[in-house]
Amino acid sequence: MAELLVRRAGPGVTVQDPGRPGYLALGLSRGGAMDRLALVEGAALLGQDCGFAVIEIAGSFLSIEAAAPMRIALTGAPMRAHCDGAALVWQASHALPSGARLELSGSRGGYSYLHFGGGIDVPAILGARSAHLAAGIGRMLDAGDRLGLGTDKGGAAGMSLTPQERFAGGVLRMVETPQTQLFPADMCQRFTETTFCKDARGNRMGQRLGFDGEGFALPSGLSLLSEAIVPGDIQITGDGAPFVLLAECQTTGGYPRIGTVLPCDLPRLVQAPAEAALRFQFVTLEAAVAAERAEAARRADLARTLRPLIRDPHDMADLLAYQLISGVTRGDDPERSAS
Amino acid sequence: MTGSDATQTRHCRRPAMQPLGVDGVSVSFGSDLTEAANRAALAFRASVEGADLPGVAEVATALTSVYLRLDLSCTDHATARAALKGLLASRNWYDAALPQGRRLWRVPALFGTDLAPQLHEAAALAGLSPADAATAICAAPLRVQTIGFAPGQPYLGQLPSQWDIPRQTGLTARVPVGALAVAIRQMVLFSVSTPTGWRHVGQTALRLFQPEKDDPFLLRPGDEVLFQSVTRAEYENIRATDPAGGAVAERLG
Repeated sequence: MAELLVRRAGPGVTVQDPGRPGYLALGLSRGGAMDRLALVEGAALLGQDCGFAVIEIAGSFLSIEAAAPMRIALTGAPMRAHCDGAALVWQASHALPSGARLELSGSRGGYSYLHFGGGIDVPAILGARSAHLAAGIGRMLDAGDRLGLGTDKGGAAGMSLTPQERFAGGVLRMVETPQTQLFPADMCQRFTETTFCKDARGNRMGQRLGFDGEGFALPSGLSLLSEAIVPGDIQITGDGAPFVLLAECQTTGGYPRIGTVLPCDLPRLVQAPAEAALRFQFVTLEAAVAAERAEAARRADLARTLRPLIRDPHDMADLLAYQLISGVTRGDDPERSAS
Repeated sequence: MTGSDATQTRHCRRPAMQPLGVDGVSVSFGSDLTEAANRAALAFRASVEGADLPGVAEVATALTSVYLRLDLSCTDHATARAALKGLLASRNWYDAALPQGRRLWRVPALFGTDLAPQLHEAAALAGLSPADAATAICAAPLRVQTIGFAPGQPYLGQLPSQWDIPRQTGLTARVPVGALAVAIRQMVLFSVSTPTGWRHVGQTALRLFQPEKDDPFLLRPGDEVLFQSVTRAEYENIRATDPAGGAVAERLG
């Protein structure tokens, strides 16, 4: 089995996949990759299923060594990527020769993804390979970890795509919740007119939002019975600040929720840099369902948008290394040494 | 007014069906926690699962409500709501029997000491001595009203009305796995170590969620839990020797 060795890993580096749906009744949220779209983009770049496990890097750094030739793809929040000293293009797939050392650094926040042909083959727990830190499933990766890979059925490397724009904040669409009507109409309107940003209190469970001005707390004394909560729910906690629930959120909660962000808009929240402006806009359930369906169709068609990487020799510090990782023949060409 | 009339009145606008998120539906059987509303939620969930409705991807209960996640690639809200409406109208859910396959768990618990430091405080709020408080908690089985918040974590109830004590205003920074805490006539057994506003009155050696096991979840909604007060020495012994935390289950009905 092909294997990779973790040389260095910063905090917040975990194995992720689409998560484990089906356990809400037993208190376990789905979890999985924070930016679900990045999973689809990586799968398209490698020509494989988007259910494969990948490495998620939460605003941190990672260095790995390939113990065998392997194909990789880099998606999500861009980082500086080097293979044995040569720069690699982000939002693209590459071939690594056996023994190659891949260095990912310079994150400016958000979530970055490293995909492998065949996926990471750690044991599945409850049907998924993703770490669910809040539930105590799996853990952050550490120097010295060895991860096996599944069989890569093969395919091109050196492909790129233009990612859906989601790295600069913007307007997030939301639907009403069963509690939206508890908020006075003028407060809901003020909410949609307020500019928010991510504050430092954010993790895989949820993201607190910062803002100037008055908060959005409901009149005191109102107590709500806990009910089901879902990722994207915008809880208003006691201090009046919004807290957007994310992949590893609890399964039930008693805070009032002013709205629920559309799943297809959540990547824009999780990938927003700290300083980026975020706004919210109510849409009807019908419009939200239509948006989700349109995005599902767009994602299903992503493979058709791939382009081969265009290389400008003047931009390459080490032409030979660059050719090596793009799969062009050299003595230790990955394709040849694999055969 | 008879008891049944009172129930009807309280639930006159129930059950209420509303969208929850883009792909979910919430069916609420009451905005207050009552025995009837909790039974209704448990029974309705079992019925939805049995009905195998097309496009329903997942069903879960909270205390008095049922959440359904839809697969919008093979159904839509209108179709799902129509099917649910039919099911809701098929009977009075508030007098439904409890689901089949329930179990009674006898669970050793250490009350008070430094391992459960808020027994005195909670007992005082309930107007009881610490010893009487422990006896009262162990007097009758408590139902798993729902499992939620964290994996395998039960909300147990309902305690007698003297236990209608508020959550603390501040948070306890961290309670350990197996902690037994009380507020608002309910108890929570913690499956993960977490901050909480509930008062920590007992400590068990239970592990409610063990992801590496074939069946990682110990309890199911509808199960009952009867706590049995043990000494510090007995607790330490159970913890050291019994991976099941001393819990013994028997089938109910």
